Amino acid sequence: MGAFLRQEWWIVAVFIASLLPLVHVLFTGRVSALRSLDRRWIFLLMFWAVLLPIYYVSSTGNVLPEVPGALAQATFDEIEKLSPGDPVLMAFDYDPPTTGEMAPMATAFVRHAAEKRLRMYFMTLWPPGAQMIDDTIARVLKPDFPQLVYGRDYVNLGYKSGQEAVIKVVVTNLRELYTTDVLGTGVQNIPMMDGITSIQQMKLIINVASGTPGTKEWVQYAVTPYPNLRIVAGVTGVSAPLYYPYIPRQLNGLLGAIKGAAEYEQLVLNRYGGPNPNPKYMEGLRRMAPQLVGHLLIIGLIIVANVLYFTDPARGRR
Amino acid sequence: MTAGVKRETLIWGVVMLLGAVGLLGHALSSPLGVGREYVRAVPLANGQWTQYDPATYGEYLGAERAQPGQQVVQLSVPRTIGLWFAAFCTLAIFSFLYADNPFYRVAEHIFVGVSAAYWMVIAFWDVIVPNVIGKIWPGLVQGWAMPGLSGPEAERNLVYVVPLVLGIMLLWRLMPVGGWIARWPLAVIVGTTAGLRLIGFLHGDFLGQIRNTILPLVVFTGGAFDFWGSLSNVIIVVGVLCCLTYFFFSFEHTGVVGKAARVGIWMLMITFGAAFGYTVMGRIALLGARIEFLLDNWLWLIDPTGKRAIATVIVSLFG
Repeated sequence: MGAFLRQEWWIVAVFIASLLPLVHVLFTGRVSALRSLDRRWIFLLMFWAVLLPIYYVSSTGNVLPEVPGALAQATFDEIEKLSPGDPVLMAFDYDPPTTGEMAPMATAFVRHAAEKRLRMYFMTLWPPGAQMIDDTIARVLKPDFPQLVYGRDYVNLGYKSGQEAVIKVVVTNLRELYTTDVLGTGVQNIPMMDGITSIQQMKLIINVASGTPGTKEWVQYAVTPYPNLRIVAGVTGVSAPLYYPYIPRQLNGLLGAIKGAAEYEQLVLNRYGGPNPNPKYMEGLRRMAPQLVGHLLIIGLIIVANVLYFTDPARGRR
Repeated sequence: MTAGVKRETLIWGVVMLLGAVGLLGHALSSPLGVGREYVRAVPLANGQWTQYDPATYGEYLGAERAQPGQQVVQLSVPRTIGLWFAAFCTLAIFSFLYADNPFYRVAEHIFVGVSAAYWMVIAFWDVIVPNVIGKIWPGLVQGWAMPGLSGPEAERNLVYVVPLVLGIMLLWRLMPVGGWIARWPLAVIVGTTAGLRLIGFLHGDFLGQIRNTILPLVVFTGGAFDFWGSLSNVIIVVGVLCCLTYFFFSFEHTGVVGKAARVGIWMLMITFGAAFGYTVMGRIALLGARIEFLLDNWLWLIDPTGKRAIATVIVSLFG
């Protein structure tokens, strides 16, 4: 920490200088200034609470230790127990606004599936999802798994409109909707599509979803009517509480928000990371330091706000 | 606006301006410079096309040292403009946190326009071409847009005339007369969606959740009493029953019913608190991703994934 402060003194100086007016306001106005504090100061505090840990972690390479929970372990185990060559559906139902949460999960899922040599069938129910699939393939499979061949080991089937109706169709007849892959190649010319006629042939559905249609629809229209299908999901923090009731019978594993991503990354690194893990596969772990500081700030603000509220002499008169 | 607030705004503005100038100065004075995008030219098998894969600055420097003036790894001007434009849009959207302003509005309008166009193009090429035109006139689509379409998937299927006609009827609302024609396909959409969702919720949620709540209150794992497993199941069952009691209005909420309803309220409050916590986590993660983009991809102030490590070594060794 000392070396970091000496080397990156300028960012600390900017941080302190930006907060000097707030300190001045608080000292001159005291408690009344806190009660009428401009909310933009809170935005600025949150900005620094996130930026400084990111800067520190990126400069030093230190990440917080992560202890995987039961749900991340269940997700990891579902993939780990598959055999090489098993077909898995990678349903990436998210778009650029949520890549901060979803991309670490997508990266870790694809890396895990590639390490296990599973056959990956990518598809999406979101129009920008095809681009998210391409990005993940470019980030993981092309540079780190060049031995995996498109069409033999993985295929991008792309997007189809219709939301849950697409699930309803592909769960019984995949080729009714998917006649080509995203590049326009006929599915009959893709070797790994030989014999694949429906989603029911997949050993596992891996869903990365940030809303509707997403995990809820896969549970409702694929897993519930066909209980032999198994599914694990990585979802946003906003939607994660909605999926807990499905665990464990209808949803076999769940990664909730960046915390779930970090836990799963840790499990994949423990198994496949080696002595010098690639920082590309530690995106979720890197984001846990800003989470810690940001949450401490929120908790502090909630406590201060409650103290101010309950000690406000004008409270009873309102 | 009081004089105090004006002064505060001025101070804040000056401080942030100084910070921005300092940040930019630091970035420009660093040996590697600021955000640029590089690509590697990969000739495709047909010999006519070239694919441009992302490359790093280090790969570019390495290629230049091996063969000055090479064309395999190049600076990509379009991608660099895209990078800077993405940074501008990010900052423009963030600026709304201070106050509404023209930069925010420009970024907002660009987002809406690009989204609408993107959805339209994707829907045309991924749905209308292969799933409507391709099903009714496969030969036409094969010769025009999808040469890979062949085999059983390329056989004509006249059932798809029905959705084509319904789609045309839906567009009829744009005509000055006969707007009622659009109501028929709309009725089909509403009816189909309602039926589909009813089945999904009944099967997946209503029946599925009843089944998920029928749990043993005393759990034995490996022949031994599992305290935490039992406690977990008791909380789930009691929580569900108490929450249902809270929403049960046929009896007055007094006595046992009232106490159960109160426990139900507490369960709901805990659920809302957990949901709020998850939301905070999600929002901080999104903010972190954008800040990392600005500091890493745009300003090259940090390098968390080590993608410029080779460039740093080459620059420090050879200048």
